[in-house]
Amino acid sequence: MTRIRFHQELDELKHRILAMAGMAEQAIDLAVQAYVQRDLGLCQRVLNNEGAINRAEREVDEFAIDLLAMQQPMAIDLRFILAVIKINADLERVGDQAVNIVQRVMNMIELASVELPVDIPAMAARVRAMVRDALRSFIEGNPDLAKHVLEADDEIDRINKEAFTSLSDCMQKKPDCAVQALDALSIARNLERVADHATNIAEDVIFWVRGADVRHGAGQTLAGS
Amino acid sequence: MATAVEVRNLRAWFGKTEALHGVNIAIQSTHATAVIGPSGCGKSTFIRCLNRMHETNPEARAEGEVKISGVDVYGVPAVEVRRRVGMVFQKPNPFPTMSIYDNVAAGLKLNGTHNRRTLDEVVEHSLEKAALWDEVKDVLKKKSGASLSGGQQQRLCIARALAVKPEVLLMDEPASALDPISTAKIEDLIFELKQSLTIVIVTHNMQQASRVAEFTGFFLMGNLVEFDRTEKIFTNPSDKRTEDYITGRFG
Repeated sequence: MTRIRFHQELDELKHRILAMAGMAEQAIDLAVQAYVQRDLGLCQRVLNNEGAINRAEREVDEFAIDLLAMQQPMAIDLRFILAVIKINADLERVGDQAVNIVQRVMNMIELASVELPVDIPAMAARVRAMVRDALRSFIEGNPDLAKHVLEADDEIDRINKEAFTSLSDCMQKKPDCAVQALDALSIARNLERVADHATNIAEDVIFWVRGADVRHGAGQTLAGS
Repeated sequence: MATAVEVRNLRAWFGKTEALHGVNIAIQSTHATAVIGPSGCGKSTFIRCLNRMHETNPEARAEGEVKISGVDVYGVPAVEVRRRVGMVFQKPNPFPTMSIYDNVAAGLKLNGTHNRRTLDEVVEHSLEKAALWDEVKDVLKKKSGASLSGGQQQRLCIARALAVKPEVLLMDEPASALDPISTAKIEDLIFELKQSLTIVIVTHNMQQASRVAEFTGFFLMGNLVEFDRTEKIFTNPSDKRTEDYITGRFG
């Protein structure tokens, strides 16, 4: 009773969600580039691409639900499909965060350019590394790499808190820059949420490969085992 | 939880071929335990050792310890063991020339019960427990067991097994020859029966195992590879061989 066709379909599901992951990664890259270059054209590309990400989310979900209904998967195959459904939702949310970021960038482009006490590109680079590692851990089925992603999230939280403090301070000291500072604060916060989605993806990889639920800090020892 | 069946180092042979290589398992009382594995893995041999049916094959023998409620089955007569441990097979096997009533009463009569009122009560009670009473109560003595549908015949066989009040009921692929509706009735019945007796069910249908059994054992090449709670076996088994089998990577 080897299930060759079913396992080919699982590979197909993996390919589909990786294609969607590519779109979500690109959306974040473009959003950060739009911030750095104050480029309305890039903002528009992110907005235009959102529909494709939403369509991909529905297609991946439909495919995964069909496999659940038609193939009655067990054990690691069941966990894989459940993980894909959750990762799918996280990737769609990453696309939404990119849209939130470019909306703020579009607002900032209309205002005077000012020096702000926050390094958005540096924060974005760390967040991108987390997303990349989370997806690599999924591609390789590598829970050790996923565990590194969980650890990296603390650093992003710290950077976000620092951004909040320094930008709040800036708003008080330079009221003329308050709107731009508020936009930058929102962008930092959206990047921090992207990191949270990367963390969720990493947790789902650990669940898929090891069968361990490490959400909300639970099962730390299992994750490391 | 109390142990209903305790098996220690059970080995079984057909001629010189060893079919079971030292199985150890403790089956919990008033629960259903599913036995799964590929064809030829020893799962049917295993349950046939529990009521000494294995030794009815002249080439077959077994050694080791099988205790039902603490009593070694090899220390008491085989007939007594089979009264305490009932069995239902893949293909329903009612006595074809006997009426429905006589099918259910057969075991009791063999054990020396001939009182009409007692027989009536036990037949009714057993058919009720097997969820067949309402369908056959008006034709108990008019119709033969063979005249019923496949699903009804299987429930008649279950009623026949229940009539002698067994502690354990062994089921060897009891629904594999039945349509989905009859299968669902058998599964519902297992759910009801395990409130008061211990069930061990061999099945090739893993969804069925996951629906009816609290515990599942995976057999491979005469060995019990893994035995655990059913949800653990089907979501996160400990042994790679179990995972490979239930996910269809071999078998």
